[in-house]
Amino acid sequence: MKLPLSWLREWVDIPWSADELSSRLTLAGFEVEGVEPAAADFTAVVVGEIVAIAPHPEADKLRICVVSSGSGTQQIVCGAANARVGLKAPLATVGARLPGDVLIKAAKLRGVESSGMLCSARELGLAQSAAGLMELPTDAPVGTSLRDFLQLDDQILELKVYANRGDAMSVHGVAREIAALTGASLKPQAPVRVAASTQPVANAIVHAPHAAARLLLRRVTGLNNHAASPVWLQERLRRAGLRSINPIVDVTNYVMLETGQPMHAYDVQRVQGALQVRLARAGEKLQLLDDRMVELTPDVLLIADDTGPIGMAGVMGGKGSSITNDVTEVLLEVAYFAPQAIIGRARRLGLQTDASQRFERGVDPQGQGVAMERATAMLLQLCGGTAGPVQQNVDANSLPVRAPVLLRRARLALLTGANIPDSNVERSLNALGMNVQSHAQGWMVSPPSWRFDIAIEADLIEEVLRIVGFDAVQEQRRKLPQRFPKRSEAHVDERAVLDALTARGYQEVISYAFVDPQLQARMFPQQAAIALTNPIAADLAAMRVSLWPGLIKAALDNLRRQQPRVRLIESGAVFLRSGIEIREIPRVAGVVIGARAPEQWNVAKGSADFFDIKSDVCAVLDLAGAAVDFSFEPANLTCLHPGRSAVIRRNGEVVGWLGELHPSLSADLGVSGSCLLFELDISPAITAPLPVPAEISRFPQVRRDLAVTVPLATPLSAVRTRVSVAAGSLLRELVVFDVYQGPGIESTRKSIALGLIFQDNNRTLKDEEADALMTIVASDLGASLDAKVRD
Amino acid sequence: MQSLAGLIELALAEITASASVTRLEEVRVHWLGKKGQLTEQLKSLGGLPAAERPLAGQKINDAKLAVQTALDARRAVLDAAGIEARLQTDKIDVTLDGRGERNGGLHPVTRARLRIESLFRETGFEVAQGPEIEDDFHNFTALNVPAEHPARAMHDTFYLEHEVDGQRALLRTHTSPVQIRALRAARDRLPLAVIAPGRVYRMDSDATHTPMFHQVEGLLVDEGVSFANLKAILHGFMEAFFERDLAMRLRPSYFPFTEPSAEVDITCVKCGGAGCRLCKNTGWIEVLGCGMVHPNVLAACDVDAERYTGYAFGMGIDRLAMLRYGVNDLRLFFESDLRFLRQFRGGWS
Repeated sequence: MKLPLSWLREWVDIPWSADELSSRLTLAGFEVEGVEPAAADFTAVVVGEIVAIAPHPEADKLRICVVSSGSGTQQIVCGAANARVGLKAPLATVGARLPGDVLIKAAKLRGVESSGMLCSARELGLAQSAAGLMELPTDAPVGTSLRDFLQLDDQILELKVYANRGDAMSVHGVAREIAALTGASLKPQAPVRVAASTQPVANAIVHAPHAAARLLLRRVTGLNNHAASPVWLQERLRRAGLRSINPIVDVTNYVMLETGQPMHAYDVQRVQGALQVRLARAGEKLQLLDDRMVELTPDVLLIADDTGPIGMAGVMGGKGSSITNDVTEVLLEVAYFAPQAIIGRARRLGLQTDASQRFERGVDPQGQGVAMERATAMLLQLCGGTAGPVQQNVDANSLPVRAPVLLRRARLALLTGANIPDSNVERSLNALGMNVQSHAQGWMVSPPSWRFDIAIEADLIEEVLRIVGFDAVQEQRRKLPQRFPKRSEAHVDERAVLDALTARGYQEVISYAFVDPQLQARMFPQQAAIALTNPIAADLAAMRVSLWPGLIKAALDNLRRQQPRVRLIESGAVFLRSGIEIREIPRVAGVVIGARAPEQWNVAKGSADFFDIKSDVCAVLDLAGAAVDFSFEPANLTCLHPGRSAVIRRNGEVVGWLGELHPSLSADLGVSGSCLLFELDISPAITAPLPVPAEISRFPQVRRDLAVTVPLATPLSAVRTRVSVAAGSLLRELVVFDVYQGPGIESTRKSIALGLIFQDNNRTLKDEEADALMTIVASDLGASLDAKVRD
Repeated sequence: MQSLAGLIELALAEITASASVTRLEEVRVHWLGKKGQLTEQLKSLGGLPAAERPLAGQKINDAKLAVQTALDARRAVLDAAGIEARLQTDKIDVTLDGRGERNGGLHPVTRARLRIESLFRETGFEVAQGPEIEDDFHNFTALNVPAEHPARAMHDTFYLEHEVDGQRALLRTHTSPVQIRALRAARDRLPLAVIAPGRVYRMDSDATHTPMFHQVEGLLVDEGVSFANLKAILHGFMEAFFERDLAMRLRPSYFPFTEPSAEVDITCVKCGGAGCRLCKNTGWIEVLGCGMVHPNVLAACDVDAERYTGYAFGMGIDRLAMLRYGVNDLRLFFESDLRFLRQFRGGWS
């Protein structure tokens, strides 16, 4: 919200500079986000008056004006259409410097001398655009500095007002806050009461008194809305961030800015019958001032006439009864609409209006009369006319009641932890317009009608702290109870997972949890994803079901950045939907593209493959401890290479996947070479049972090696299983130290070299025992897996 | 036949003259081998009278010992020279790179988050987690933000095409819903001191906003918790996190779930308060919002608001990481650029 300091100063004495005021307001909860000058820098611009005008001999569109500058006259060539004798306009004299560092010099325009320039509002930085010369009031003293005349050496505060402080969304409201901070009173404003005639009469019917507990209506006739609003009014509106429209609209806006009370003027000619306040009926439509046709839901409060809706109460008027320049008779409506009746209605339509912002937060239910009188007086002053009597519709039972709130001295001390003297408490609350009565436990406080945010004791405590300042509270350390946390040793910390992977060269990334739905659906056609209703972009429209889409994008981005070797991990939740259930599962995943090892001088070159990342995956799985076995089986995932991917199980439960990105996806994404991926469900994968160490044998171990050939399709896991079964309990370790296929072996078979290590806990094994076990193993493998022992 | 002394002299001369281990071995064999000259002398003892044998034998053994000693000494010299000679050629270029993989690193936001977690843990807070897909109740209603409340406009919420318990599912706009979950779970075993870090989402994307970012929520509920305690924990944390003395100031603010509420500024960590672009020349930077838990929130969690009070705070981890590491563009955190991220490799605490 923007407010000019000059306007505030009409309401309250401010003993501080703009910077000091900003700092005080900020520390009182009204953050000043900026202080800007009311006008850009310009010099030597005075009020000028065109005293004579003649055509330019060489140019149709230019005219030669004789302009009085108070101390003399200048000849100025001017192209503005509104230049006319008697017009007072800003005159930049020779030597003037205008915004944008424009220096005004005497010049010849198409052969005619011109000493100075008559200015538009835009040329002075006072408007974004302008149709012609800025027209100054006829009583503006010629020769006066324009800066002085328009009080341009003013500053504009940009204030942040929180959603609970509708009462401060006005000059009056902010002035009240400043007064509370300075300790002074508001400057008295001369009471305005328009001498109203008994005619014309306005007629309103309030069908929804709970939503419009007070409605004031007045008819004003004989208005002239053709002239532009006076410059001072335009200036005030401009500095508060509003555009001047026409005098009637400007008056309603001005009074709203000043008092915080939104109001609306309707063109009487276009209102049929009585003005009604009621809830919308199903199917009703309204064309708003912004030209949009909207369908109204039954919880929308309407201003209507006999023909139907003419405005959304407290939000925006309708196009039909809007105020054009030709309007001569208006109905001025000033109401108290309950916040509950307005809240959310504007936002639903994508609107946020000055009126809706104020009504949603709460407008002073006692302020309608003052606002009506102020607006009427201004209207009559600017546009002439006659005001009829005010028709009041009040439902006293529906007006908000400010119940007194008890503020206990002890509670104040407890909640703040500070010792605030009673006198400061009372002074602070009084300064905010609260009625403070002594009470055995503290104070009974009645908030003023304009405060909608004071309902409980804590609200009062905040008010006291706001005014005395948070510095009144001294920091106090608190001792926490010595209570040991319940920490399961089985739960492996996320950090251990990240450390295991970063130690293997992975760089952690964080990507958005919403991903490209198309890529994801192609990768995981079987897994239902959760779509965003209002995504920020089409390629960020689905919640991820895997970390891979985000990681692949990150990897590709890095390839484009000329990073040929990419090893990335991410840890985060994926979001799976099955029916009505959503599961959020913490996962860790990685992507590898490029060389197995960083490019260096004595390591064999080669791209990373399945077995490189399998080793990385196993490093994480090792966190589960020595006693846990994982099985790797060929996987069947759409997005992975069917022959080079695996699903990881722990006790039968799937805990992860790894493999090469499917070649067709790889090709479409533009990855040359293989892209390796892994993903683990962190919790089931690495939950670690307590280690149970077994006895270490004191007797020597015996090793026997065995080379067999098996059919190509035989997985090593099958060989392992058979060997373990056949070799029995003396087998301590089984190593696979060679796998070979090629010359010397049948083309349908592969050779596997095994090392078996035997040991007994109670005695030294004899060679013959080991040999006998090897015979059993060989024959078992032959029988079960068609293995042939190699010579 | 030469005298024993002459033999010894000859042998020692040959030993001294041996220039290699090979030559020295030949000398050893020549003198002390099975058919060596001194060994042969022993064999000649048999020709001596019995009475002379012991003495003669003794002399020969002394001679052998002298030669052996000389051999050993010479061997030691030659070995040392050999090692020395090998060392002269066995040289590697120690400036070449070590073989194999280098370490990767954590994301700076993770690094900052883990630091925040460990600082609070050591102060007695537990670390809690909550779901990222939330419902209206936990994200808003229980936090004293009823439907249509204007405060909801401050949170541009992402909604999902899904319902949770009959309510429209949404992506949490802050970590505050974890307050509700943690407090409801702990209501029968207060006090509760918890922080909840995590991802949050808002429909916002420009130079200073990303649609996903990170917050950490803090909550302490106990008997007699005061605003003075809140000030102390926040000031203590900020100084611990930034490892420097900092001034802190509080400005009244509005959050529906706290009352009183405040925004917290600290001395600008870039200019130390002198004024710079980062702090817009104010000397202060805003780091978090906080307040005393609103009685309605305590009530929504079935906690007796008369007996218990509490404080809550919420801060942006990304923002703290930016301030801590001098990163001036939030978007860098989410672009996964290795050239940026690799600079955060290294240990931390």
